[in-house]
Amino acid sequence: MKGMTVIVKKVTQIMCGITFLYGIYIIVHGHLTPGGGFAGGTIIAGSFMLLILAFGSEFLKLKKEETGSSITESSGILVFIIIAALGMVIGGTGVFFVNFLPKGEIGKLISAGVIPLYNIAVGMEVAAALVTIFLALLIYRDEVLK
Amino acid sequence: MEILLIVLLALMIGGAIFSLEAKDLLSAVIAYGVVGFGLVICFLLLQAPDLALVQIVVETITLIIMIAVILNSTREELKTKWGKKSVVYIVFSIVFTGLFLYFFNRATGSLSRFGEHTLRMSGAYLSKGAENTGSANLVTGVIFDFRGYDTLGEATILFTAVIGVLTVLRLRGRKKNND
Amino acid sequence: MIVYILTIFLFLVGLYGVLSKRNLIKIVIGLAIMEYSVNLFLILVGYVRGGTAPIIDADRQGELFVDPLPQAMVLTAIVIGLATTALLLAIAIRIYKKYGTFDIREIKNLKG
Repeated sequence: MKGMTVIVKKVTQIMCGITFLYGIYIIVHGHLTPGGGFAGGTIIAGSFMLLILAFGSEFLKLKKEETGSSITESSGILVFIIIAALGMVIGGTGVFFVNFLPKGEIGKLISAGVIPLYNIAVGMEVAAALVTIFLALLIYRDEVLK
Repeated sequence: MEILLIVLLALMIGGAIFSLEAKDLLSAVIAYGVVGFGLVICFLLLQAPDLALVQIVVETITLIIMIAVILNSTREELKTKWGKKSVVYIVFSIVFTGLFLYFFNRATGSLSRFGEHTLRMSGAYLSKGAENTGSANLVTGVIFDFRGYDTLGEATILFTAVIGVLTVLRLRGRKKNND
Repeated sequence: MIVYILTIFLFLVGLYGVLSKRNLIKIVIGLAIMEYSVNLFLILVGYVRGGTAPIIDADRQGELFVDPLPQAMVLTAIVIGLATTALLLAIAIRIYKKYGTFDIREIKNLKG
């Protein structure tokens, strides 16, 4: 599909990087301010979709398969399960999802034990899932409706 | 506050009815966007900022995908036929709606009135949650520490939906193109 | 209680769209409206008049907070709603490619 006009491309070049950084900020500060893994993941997916829509799939030379985002999504949920299983091994009681890293003071960035790692894993998974859905629709449209 | 909620809900109901009765599919999708963004303001009025953030982006992505689906196919609506049986159908549906609302009113009579919710289990979450989990944002603490299994189930559902989309949109004969 | 009844009326509007429309896109829109109304109803139940968002500051203790448990449940439900809507739209694209129309009465014959 073709891209859009020059002014849309210029504005997208500026806004894409800012939106991506904003998504990462919302994910990492998930235990201090409203947000968390799900909100930040959808914002990052939105920034990628904006880039693809503004420049067109021919310019970005997308390979006709979506393996990159698929691998990211699978590894995101795998990290989530590995951290939960580690809680079973390391923590005091032997149950799933034990918070085994030390909890610092409330309100500092490095606190709340293992929750920031959960936030990052879920954010990766949600962003990669939405981008994979979008790429599948785009590739289907390009190949079939030539 | 309640007046604002009632006005917003009336606007959303109007948008939903228009979206289902529009003749052009593009107008239907844009009216569906009214329902979604009205929901964002409702979440902000009910003191839930995490949900408002997620709902804005999810609504925008849904609108993008729907418009892409519609613009690649027909845009017109099909005609409905009015027969003699339509009067019976309309009367029956009004009776059904009345019965549904009456029984719903009786079933939620045991809930508290709007705005006077008694926090029984959440009282324990609110008073000790910050020290037990260590996070200042209690919603994140509840999701990942007290209710971790539900988050694992949600991640599995998202993964399964992506696998479903990749299976449905699989292209046959892809190997022939790569030869 | 008027707020509860209006929310369930929105649910009924979505149900009308699923049951009585012939166009496939209208059915998908009706299903999504039903999901939105149920999420809104869960948040309405947990509202406390005069409460604030459940984020704990160091200098504000003992204030009235809104219930955080329904918010945690609905947060994941919104993302799940997006995933199911995207799956339904992918199926709708395939149906249009094969039969050439969105009308559900003409796609009932299962001949290839």
